[in-house]
Amino acid sequence: MKAVITNKLTKKFGDFIATNAITFEVEEGEIFGFLGANGAGKTTAMRMLCGLLTPSSGEAQVAGFDVYTQTEKIKQNIGYMSQKFSLYEDLTIRENIKFYGGIYGLRLADINDKTAGILEKLQLQNVADALTASLPLGWKQKLAFSVAMLHQPKVVFLDEPTGGVDPITRRQFWEMIYEAASRGTTIFVTTHYMDEAEYCNRVSIMVDGKIQALDTPKGLKETYRVDSMDGVFQILARGTSTK
Amino acid sequence: MNAIIVDNISKAYGNIQAVSNVSFEVREGELFGLIGPDGAGKTTLFKMLVTLLFPDQGRAVVNRKDIVKDFLQLRTQVGYMPGKFSLYQDLTIEENLDFFATVFGTSIQENYDLIKDIYVQIEPFKTRRAGKLSGGMKQKLALCCALIHKPEVLFLDEPTTGVDAVSRKEFWDMLKSLKQRGLTILVSTPYMDEAGLCDRIALMQGGKILAVDTPQDITKLFQRPLFAVKAAETFRLIQDLRNASFTHSCYAFGEYLHLALEHEITSSDIETYLASHNHRQIDIKRVDPGIEDCFMDLISQTSVPAQS
Repeated sequence: MKAVITNKLTKKFGDFIATNAITFEVEEGEIFGFLGANGAGKTTAMRMLCGLLTPSSGEAQVAGFDVYTQTEKIKQNIGYMSQKFSLYEDLTIRENIKFYGGIYGLRLADINDKTAGILEKLQLQNVADALTASLPLGWKQKLAFSVAMLHQPKVVFLDEPTGGVDPITRRQFWEMIYEAASRGTTIFVTTHYMDEAEYCNRVSIMVDGKIQALDTPKGLKETYRVDSMDGVFQILARGTSTK
Repeated sequence: MNAIIVDNISKAYGNIQAVSNVSFEVREGELFGLIGPDGAGKTTLFKMLVTLLFPDQGRAVVNRKDIVKDFLQLRTQVGYMPGKFSLYQDLTIEENLDFFATVFGTSIQENYDLIKDIYVQIEPFKTRRAGKLSGGMKQKLALCCALIHKPEVLFLDEPTTGVDAVSRKEFWDMLKSLKQRGLTILVSTPYMDEAGLCDRIALMQGGKILAVDTPQDITKLFQRPLFAVKAAETFRLIQDLRNASFTHSCYAFGEYLHLALEHEITSSDIETYLASHNHRQIDIKRVDPGIEDCFMDLISQTSVPAQS
């Protein structure tokens, strides 16, 4: 079964076509990089795939569920984290895990097991009862990822998860991504760091609402005859927009 | 002549030490970068230098004005673009620019020459409200507003955070042409690849400065032999290399891993080790360290959060 399938998925806001007939598939356990310039339509596409926004036309299924009729099922079967909001700053680390565990409908015994596991893995035992606000950003993001994985989702959507994070923690974060993918979780990730685009199995680049290119990083570099994903991005991403 | 002199400056918020004992100097006409992740203390430092916060201790001089004693005079001589978009969302592009010009006792016409190259890019939308602009347009408008009173020193706090790679490149081109006009620019960024575009940089982490130098010379701090390594299974390659006795550190770097060694060995020694762990399609080459290698080496001791 494919983790994500879209067919001419489109979203219009008035006259403006934010996402323009995008068609692609993501394999189970794949790390799929969803790239594009600011305003290219990535967020709109992701919101539709997460069941938060009804498409104008086209089809899509996420984790086997339809984005028009089964949005609640989608929400139960995906994880989501973004740079902007993930955890409650004024709850402690332990409280955040418990809160999200409850939201995802886990039983208390499960939540307690998961909490111990996460705290140990991230080496946060000593600060478990400190406010989440006191954690450095990179640690918050690793915790947010672990929380987004609490209910063992089939697909996890990561919207710029590493923006502003220090270079070591950024790499530790990607090792968590690799590990989750190796256990079969599908990763759908956006980033502005072009070195991170190289870590994906396949990468799509959106320009003006359309998917302009989709291939492995190696394939894209060969097609556009450059030696880095930054080179590919510089060639493709500007599009026709004057902004 | 130095445009900015920071002398042993510190600032705490309650028991959080945001900036501790920071000293550095920025020369007139220099494009100087503060490089560091979120939480390094960059924003607090900026706010002190543009007189929005007083330091707890230490002193600083910007454009020959003391940031505490001469703060009112100094305010007319610096331009500041905060990391968070801080223009009036319900004013149009043109109204915002006119407002900032008026507040500083000047007009758009008087200093139009300085902002022209940037402003023409957003001028077609000048009657649009700032709150309705795209990220890239907001950034350009904020830069125009920070320049409209013709400051001597320009402070840009993370102007490219969350901005795509193409727009980031355009923004740095704009900074380069502002520098050519003689403006001193202090810019902060969490993107290590932008460090190479500055004349000199300071690497910052946890409220402290780790090193100050030109981008070329700062990489000389990195003394270990460094190799770029690639094989078919990246994740397993990281694990296996970390377990090797010759490894000091191993991190992903785009398509390759960067492997820093404890002691000098040859690439064929590394290849032999990897072949014995059944790795395929092995590619190993010696590389020069970049700023990101250097930064990671300097911060590697401090990566576990303290009890708060």
